[in-house]
Amino acid sequence: MQIPALAGLILVLFSFVLLIGLSMLKDRIKTSFRDIPAFGKFRRALGTAVEDGSRIHFALGSVSPIDSRTAASFASLSTLRHSAELSAASDKAPLATSGDAALAILSQDSLKTAHHIAGADQQYRSTSGRLMGVTPFSYAAGTLSTIYDEGISANVIAGGFGVEVGLLSDAAERTRSFTLAATDSIPAQAVLYASASEPLIGEELYAAGAYLKAGRTHLVSLYAQDILRWLIIILLLIGAGMKLLAGLL
Amino acid sequence: MTKFFAPAIAIAVGLLVLLGYFLPNSSLAGIRVIIVQWAVILAGVAFFVGVINLLTVHIKKISGKGKGKVYSLLLVFSLLITLVVGLFSSSALNTIFNAVILPVESSLLAIMAVTLIYAGIRLLRHRNDLMAVIFLFTALIVMLGSAPLPFIENPFMGIRPWIVSVLATSGARGILLGVALGTLFTGLRILIGADRPYGGK
Repeated sequence: MQIPALAGLILVLFSFVLLIGLSMLKDRIKTSFRDIPAFGKFRRALGTAVEDGSRIHFALGSVSPIDSRTAASFASLSTLRHSAELSAASDKAPLATSGDAALAILSQDSLKTAHHIAGADQQYRSTSGRLMGVTPFSYAAGTLSTIYDEGISANVIAGGFGVEVGLLSDAAERTRSFTLAATDSIPAQAVLYASASEPLIGEELYAAGAYLKAGRTHLVSLYAQDILRWLIIILLLIGAGMKLLAGLL
Repeated sequence: MTKFFAPAIAIAVGLLVLLGYFLPNSSLAGIRVIIVQWAVILAGVAFFVGVINLLTVHIKKISGKGKGKVYSLLLVFSLLITLVVGLFSSSALNTIFNAVILPVESSLLAIMAVTLIYAGIRLLRHRNDLMAVIFLFTALIVMLGSAPLPFIENPFMGIRPWIVSVLATSGARGILLGVALGTLFTGLRILIGADRPYGGK
């Protein structure tokens, strides 16, 4: 086995043990995270949508489940599932738009499960999970009409996007609706920082489940990420120190 | 039964693919290739289902009272024409792609430039803090550093590479580390069945 593959396997196994170990500690872990105001505002936007009977729109991006960036799509599906559970009782069912067919089918499944859990099966429509285009820009162009014409009060633009996300966030801002936006792509994050009212930066996309109280595993995985982050920082500092020493000696 | 079998199959397949990736010389590597090929075939079938979903949504829009009926009609019409052309002539399909889709997407990219300039101007209105000022200031310097100035030497030409290769790269590496850790734990949550994007409680 090559060294990078071995290191990767060790990292995955260590993360797995960390996740399971921390999950077993259960209530001994205190849940305190840094405040991300966007999630508080989003929860309020969900409540408002249920009260005034307006619709929440989830733009899930155009990254396929068989793409290497698929984790962003899965994180957005998780956000969709838990947010839809909270807003399924609204007069207008939440909408999910995708730029990939397999992702659209998964979004339908997530919405159906969310409606079932919320006891609002009759509110679910198969057309609530939609394929809007099969290329990033055709998806963005197709989704614009949803943002403008379907009585949307809050947009969650989260998933695998490129710079085309700017068209969506700009449209959402023009309709003066609440916009929570997150992606894994760095150029797209820069675009969102400039154009969206509530952008999430870096790994905050993957933290949505923990902040939306989607379950203990989400909380635990945030702790495990922090532990690994500190380990990486220490290793980087040790590496830099050793290189410096080698240069001096 | 589905409650039990769907997660069991998903977890087993996920583990096989993961182990096949890390152990390329084992028999698991061959199994991984076969499973990934199946996934590609399933994605192809999903594409067909997705097109039916697209048609259903837009046919409903045409028959309903909402806005944008004309656009939906145009979409259905274009889709059917492309389908018929694609069935009989692949060269004509290439022509459609080069003459319609490519220029339209390029135009959208051009609109993006205008949208971003407008977003930059609007930024200070909805986020009036130091970071927004630094963001705009940096974007301005990088843009000025990229612009060719006639007759005079561009004073920002020297600063731009430093911003891009030192500040932006180090910041991007920090963000990418966070994204990589997030990706890892999202995958693990799915592997242990805590997150189920394939439905079920």
